[in-house]
Amino acid sequence: MTKLTRRNFLAASASVAAASTVATTNAFAAPAAPAATSAGLKFDIEKGATLRVLRWKRFVQGDEDLWNANVKKFTEKTGVAVRTDSEGWEDLRPKAAVAANVGSGPDIVMSWFDDPQQYPTKLIDLTDLATSLGSRLGGWYDVCRKYGTKDGKWIALPVGVVGNALVYRESQLKAAGFDAVPKDTAGFLKMCQALKAKNTPVGFALGKAVGDANNWAHWLLWSHGGKLVDKKGAVAINSPETRAALEYAKQLYATFIPGTLSWQDPSNNKAYLDGQISMTANGISVYYAAKNSTDPKMQEMAKDTQHAHFPIGPAGKPTELMQITQMMIFKHTKFPNAAKAFVQFMFEPEQYNPWMEASIGYVSQSLKAYEKNAIWTSDPKATVYRDSAALMIDHGHEGPLGQASAACMADYVVVDMVAEAASGSKTVQQAIDRAADRAKRFYKA
Amino acid sequence: MRSHRQLPCGRSHHAYRGLLMLSRLLNNRNVLGMLFMAPAVLLLVVFLTYPLGLGVWLGFTDTKIGGEGSFIGLDNYSYLLGDSLAQLSLFNTLFYTITASILKFVLGLWLAILLNKNLPLKSFFRAIVLLPWIVPTALSALAFWWMYDSQFSVISWALMKMGLIDHYIDFLGEPWLARISTVVANVWRGIPFVAISLLAGLQTISPSLYEAAAIDGAKPWQQFRYVTLPLLTPIIAVVMTFSVLFTFTDFQLIYVLTRGGPLNATHLMATLSFQRAIPGGSLGEGAALATYMIPFLLAAIMFSYFGLQRRGWQQGGDK
Repeated sequence: MTKLTRRNFLAASASVAAASTVATTNAFAAPAAPAATSAGLKFDIEKGATLRVLRWKRFVQGDEDLWNANVKKFTEKTGVAVRTDSEGWEDLRPKAAVAANVGSGPDIVMSWFDDPQQYPTKLIDLTDLATSLGSRLGGWYDVCRKYGTKDGKWIALPVGVVGNALVYRESQLKAAGFDAVPKDTAGFLKMCQALKAKNTPVGFALGKAVGDANNWAHWLLWSHGGKLVDKKGAVAINSPETRAALEYAKQLYATFIPGTLSWQDPSNNKAYLDGQISMTANGISVYYAAKNSTDPKMQEMAKDTQHAHFPIGPAGKPTELMQITQMMIFKHTKFPNAAKAFVQFMFEPEQYNPWMEASIGYVSQSLKAYEKNAIWTSDPKATVYRDSAALMIDHGHEGPLGQASAACMADYVVVDMVAEAASGSKTVQQAIDRAADRAKRFYKA
Repeated sequence: MRSHRQLPCGRSHHAYRGLLMLSRLLNNRNVLGMLFMAPAVLLLVVFLTYPLGLGVWLGFTDTKIGGEGSFIGLDNYSYLLGDSLAQLSLFNTLFYTITASILKFVLGLWLAILLNKNLPLKSFFRAIVLLPWIVPTALSALAFWWMYDSQFSVISWALMKMGLIDHYIDFLGEPWLARISTVVANVWRGIPFVAISLLAGLQTISPSLYEAAAIDGAKPWQQFRYVTLPLLTPIIAVVMTFSVLFTFTDFQLIYVLTRGGPLNATHLMATLSFQRAIPGGSLGEGAALATYMIPFLLAAIMFSYFGLQRRGWQQGGDK
């Protein structure tokens, strides 16, 4: 993983922005968004081609509406009929795996995390397309490259990242004596303690919350330099860094609202919107739920809501985990060219910009040029989510991505370790040993 | 017109003999029996035997979801024996099954006896008792999820308003409280099945037996102990076997309420097996964990079958 500090990230994005200042004629996109380009690869679409696409069920309605509009445009332009099926986001992984190995079903799947890494031989090489898109659209973020490539070959194209950030009540932070979220973990702990003292506690999920719990628990581990496995995939969780992370977790947990051990993905949203917590970590959905509400109380809450990145710990760099989604084309497709043309079409600015806008910041770009999209600046509160892919670390860190990294996350190895240590149900060392045993099972091969 | 009996050619003769055989076969009770059973057998083989066999087989392999695994013998089983999470899930499952089954039995029997009395609006009450059983589990589990919520629990709210507690109860956030809360939800859902089945059993007991017992001077408790209970035992055996099986293999309730949390305190073997097999992709290991449930289920069946159904006194041999 490339070392990336917030400062050099900003410098890099500024240079990319400078390099990609191109005029636009796109009716949907913001003035600074990348222009439509016809320099894309030409694919000789097969006669009579039809495509089946399987994707996750939308989180925001706009996403689905624009997706369908884009699909319709593609059909009108190429004559290729495309059928889109959607599945609940947690059900997609097994379906995609079965399609890959049975060799039938959808031609294209938009799935999560390292799914493509689990069956790379079943996927069409997309290196030409990835290189072309990358060179035209500002390049891929490092984390996208890691998720999308296997042995230097692109096997999937990351479509975007469902961003995760701290969501907090500005007034409550101020009342506790803080103008903004401290940038370091020590200051962050002090802030949480001050919020608790003011009876406005924070709350981060420690139950079986697939997204929310994994996101912040991994941040906690990595921020202190801890890691589940080393570069070769050998279990390396038993380290002084992990112990430091868990000692920190114990102190942090003391500032939480009661009940976080049972929190699932929707729990923190509910608690925040009910005014019971001053801060949590989430996608942009909490803010939009308040902003789009007709209830004046919710409107007030939206005005009072701010977003921030997680603080940087002893590791000295951003260490955030978020949900990445990728499109892959199976070798069993009868129409590989049509499929590639479709994927390229969806990544082009005329389609991608309005789609990202309609997703109201829930999905952020995987190609750097789209940082310029107006969605990130039209409401300054969305800007934090723009940096998702730039800050994110892959969940297999530091090891390879594949079945073991997927299984460890699905089995909540890190979440359980943090929850056990933080709540005091196990000692720090016991929690680490249990996590190590479980991880060794998955990484045994 | 010539009848086919008189057809001279050999081919027709063969056809005739064939028809005769067929008609004989179709009139044979054994053949007919087999024929009528065939669709059911086919359904059972395709939808029950094959998946069960496949599941057991997968447990001996290292199959990943969608992938092809190879035979690894007892590796999954020996790993799971030493896996602290699998051990915890076994403990949780046994605790969940035993406490919930006992509570369902006691409360269900009590309810059945109440419903068997001549209450006003008897039919209405009998119908309404079934409601928890009729409501889809996922739906009632969602209702419990809200009732147990650490921030929005109506139970905590009511107790707060009454001044009985000063902070919300963390029903699903404390390991033991979570275990008990899930048992309560399961009991609420399972009581109607036990109660209505036992009520059906109670109604088969002839009132004359109670009259005879009353004439002999039996008190209500003695009537229950020496008339009701022995005659109800076969029904109890069947009902409780089903109840134990349903409880042991429960999935939906836990999946909605806690997904196995907090700290895996409510992870049952079924939920852990799913977590490992489907989201985790380790189909072989998940299947092995599910297979581990079979001996316990068989034991439950054997216990109720031999322990309860064949008691000597049931055949009048008890003195």
